[in-house]
Amino acid sequence: MTFSMADMRLLTPHLVITAAALLVLLAEAVSPGRRKGYLPYLGIAGIVVAAFTTPGLFGPARSGFSGMLAGDAFAAFVYFILYAVGALTLLVSDAYLRDEGRDHAEYYALVLLALVGMMLMAGATHLMSVFLALETMSIAIYALAGFFRDERSAEASFKYFILGAFSSGFLLYGIALLYGACGTTEIQGILDAFASNRALAGSPMALAGVGLVTVGFAFKVAAVPFHMWTPDAYQGAPTSVTAFMATGVKAAAFAAVLRVFFVAFQTLHVDWSGVLWVLALLTMTLGNLTAIAQTDVKRMLAYSSIAHAGYILVGVVAGTPEAGAGILYYLLAYAFMNIGAFACLIMVGRKGHENTELDAFAGLGFKFPALGLAMSLFMFSMAGIPPTAGFIGKFLIFKAAVHQGYYWLTIFGVLNSAASVYYYLRVIVTMYFKPEPDTPVVEGLRAGPSMALATILAGLGVLYFGIVPGGLVDLAEQALRYLV
Amino acid sequence: MSHFPYLSTITFLPLLGALVLLLIPRKSEGGIRAWTLAVTAITFVISLALWVRFDPAQGGMQFVERKAWIESLGISYYVGIDGISLWLVLLTTFLSVICVLSSWGITKQVKEYMLFFLLLETGMLGALISLDLVLFYIFWEAMLIPMYFLIGVWGGTDRIYAAIKFFIYTMVGSLLMLVAILALYYLNIRAGNAPTFDLLKLYELNLAPNVQFWMFAAFCLAFAIKVPMWPLHTWLPDAHTQAPTAGSVILAGVLLKMGTYGFLRFAMPLFPNAVEAWAPFMMVVAVIGIIYGALVAMVQDDVKKLVAYSSVSHLGFVMLGLFALNMQGVQGGLYQSLNHGISTGALFLLVGVIYERRHTRAIADFGGLAKAMPNYAVVFLIITMSSIGLPGLNGFVGEFLIMLGAFLTSKTAAVFAATGVILAAGYMLWMVKRVFFGPLDKEENQGLADLTGLEWGYLIPMVVMAFWMGIYPGTFLRKTDATLELWLERFEAKKEACRSLESPGALAWLQDGLNLVFPGSHAD
Repeated sequence: MTFSMADMRLLTPHLVITAAALLVLLAEAVSPGRRKGYLPYLGIAGIVVAAFTTPGLFGPARSGFSGMLAGDAFAAFVYFILYAVGALTLLVSDAYLRDEGRDHAEYYALVLLALVGMMLMAGATHLMSVFLALETMSIAIYALAGFFRDERSAEASFKYFILGAFSSGFLLYGIALLYGACGTTEIQGILDAFASNRALAGSPMALAGVGLVTVGFAFKVAAVPFHMWTPDAYQGAPTSVTAFMATGVKAAAFAAVLRVFFVAFQTLHVDWSGVLWVLALLTMTLGNLTAIAQTDVKRMLAYSSIAHAGYILVGVVAGTPEAGAGILYYLLAYAFMNIGAFACLIMVGRKGHENTELDAFAGLGFKFPALGLAMSLFMFSMAGIPPTAGFIGKFLIFKAAVHQGYYWLTIFGVLNSAASVYYYLRVIVTMYFKPEPDTPVVEGLRAGPSMALATILAGLGVLYFGIVPGGLVDLAEQALRYLV
Repeated sequence: MSHFPYLSTITFLPLLGALVLLLIPRKSEGGIRAWTLAVTAITFVISLALWVRFDPAQGGMQFVERKAWIESLGISYYVGIDGISLWLVLLTTFLSVICVLSSWGITKQVKEYMLFFLLLETGMLGALISLDLVLFYIFWEAMLIPMYFLIGVWGGTDRIYAAIKFFIYTMVGSLLMLVAILALYYLNIRAGNAPTFDLLKLYELNLAPNVQFWMFAAFCLAFAIKVPMWPLHTWLPDAHTQAPTAGSVILAGVLLKMGTYGFLRFAMPLFPNAVEAWAPFMMVVAVIGIIYGALVAMVQDDVKKLVAYSSVSHLGFVMLGLFALNMQGVQGGLYQSLNHGISTGALFLLVGVIYERRHTRAIADFGGLAKAMPNYAVVFLIITMSSIGLPGLNGFVGEFLIMLGAFLTSKTAAVFAATGVILAAGYMLWMVKRVFFGPLDKEENQGLADLTGLEWGYLIPMVVMAFWMGIYPGTFLRKTDATLELWLERFEAKKEACRSLESPGALAWLQDGLNLVFPGSHAD
């Protein structure tokens, strides 16, 4: 197998970010006086350079490395979601880690390496490269989840690791069965195999393969009933890592889901859509109902991320390019609003005390107007209330589902949305409608310029893509045109 | 036609004012109040130009502005008003000024209060002028946010419960409406038209009656919750009692009108055959609302709650008028919407006046107030008369038209509704008697000050409006004639065109679902 320059071109952004990761590690070792405040910005610089070298933004799809990696508009779109996720995570992490005394270069390098894994996952056009990318991403995330080395963080990391490894097994076994049935693990090849041989769609081996791959992905996107790891992992991990996991991993995993289900399993839509229909319904409903019962905002957001995976699954069920474009939009919107919300959570904490119980938010809305405004904006967006990006995302996904005649699923989706309003509003209720307790829990905010910048950027993203979504919708639709 | 963008100006001026408000320091409460008043007053003055320049001979949309927004989906910034929305827009800008005046006494977080107030005005006006379904939906939902804060932060003791209930009730209905909007969008595409959310284009889409039936159900739920129609009204008394005075005024005056407006603008013209099918049911529900609201109002011991329940009754009249489906009924319904904004709005203002002095609203805590506060008693009595429909005041005109319309359609409904008028006189006058007459025996009430200059300032315009609308309704009705004639004409024409259409199983999914839940059921 030989690589051409054209192949390397497709890999440039990944290489740039890998180089940035190595540079961060190296820089810490050689920095005079162990000054390391600039490390996250080195990483951000790497991401910016990578953004400029991203191939395939416009023009026809290209594929390289013997069909392992794509350089199409779809990959490029997801890359840009991931750049946003990565850069915002680094910005949010800076002051947070310094305050907690854990600002080590390894953290930033791991974030960047996980980002590379996510990007490979979005670009992978071969089930083997999907799997390798997934592992690259996951291993970095396991380490990040345990980065605080306290009990909860270690528990989060371990739980995520065990279940992650388990789910990788499912995925790999599914890939093996598909190989047995189709004779290839290339995504286009699988599509061709299913298209040319009608009998294949009924073969138990192929269907078992599809089923196991579905389970593997369902673990990664935290779909019910494969979500058990999510609340503990999200709650225990450092908050910046939680934000990264909830948005980045979700974006990468759903990008792979789109490629696998919309391309490789395209002809089997009748078979898998029914299963995913049930998964989507369960995921939305259980995620929301459990989120309602939470009294800790971080845990509530963990359950809400399950619910959001459910809304996205509604789009997967619809299975059209229109739905895919909606999903891409949703992933971007979710990245902004979720990282923004987690940034607000970090700000109310102080060293060793996360202060994420709902009661800690009492009266904060008037005490810290900017924080209150930002948190309210993110909550409204997550609840899908206009004029925010969260509303447009839901709108696009439900629109695609209605188009395909999935009325019942859409109705369940909107009813779930209405239920979710309750717990998102509860945060706002506590911030604005409840008086601050006599002994204030939150005396000051853990807000530096980088944190403020991240929150403002996320907030502007939520508003901008909520008010003028046109251009982005067109881009997302174009991305899907080249995919399917 | 290029002209000054009046509609965008009045809609976004409050938003702009809100942004500027952010720059005014928190300490200068006077400045904040004055600025908000100035913004709402300027908005009102500009909106008067709509009244002057509105062409009453034309039934279609006027002051239209249009700009592509999300082109690939056929969503545009498309606004315009006709005779239906003209007066609601003016009512909104008018009541906004009144409300700012009545909120002068707010001292808790003045800046945020005024901020939310201005945002609310933008939301309300936006919803009233939108001619694109998505644009409408966005304003419709966005409107909830400031109202939610107004109730939740500045409301009474149970404000949190009331605010959440208000939000979630409205949200459930709206989201189901969103599904129907999306379904409508695709049915329009399936019929071979370009993708669009343009309301006027969608008016022209002829749907089979059984499809309309369910689509109307979804729209109807959203608007009926907002109106609110019995039995979906339970959020209203809570929201009203807990909301601050200005919040109640806006809630009664404008937000509830969004429901009736929604029926007139969206649900009814889009799905005329469904309206015909649902009309008997809706009329029954409306009459139940009239009588139920009145009976419950009668037993209230809290003045504000009494007024809130009277709203349920009044809005029942409005709905009865709309579903009578004739010129008198519809025009009466629209006129009664405006009346309710004035009289109930004024009643809430008056309740606010006494609440500020006594911090109680229990009827039992008063008695003989007419001696302590003669001017207040006079204004209160005038507004009471307007609310119960005394000839010469605004309420009479609306109720008369509605009864006329209802009588033409269903004599029984009209007869039952008429008892509502009698009951209204009962509960209102009984309350007035207990509050204002009798001996002034409570010590706390003896030294109460009469109306202040500020209070006169915002009550006089309301009284003037009550008289004007009662004595010379022509000013107002004339501008709605052409629009409503066209409305009815289109309604009938579309109904005929759709009658013979067969649904090609477009809603088979619903039948399937129903069979799943209730085996053997048959949808219409």
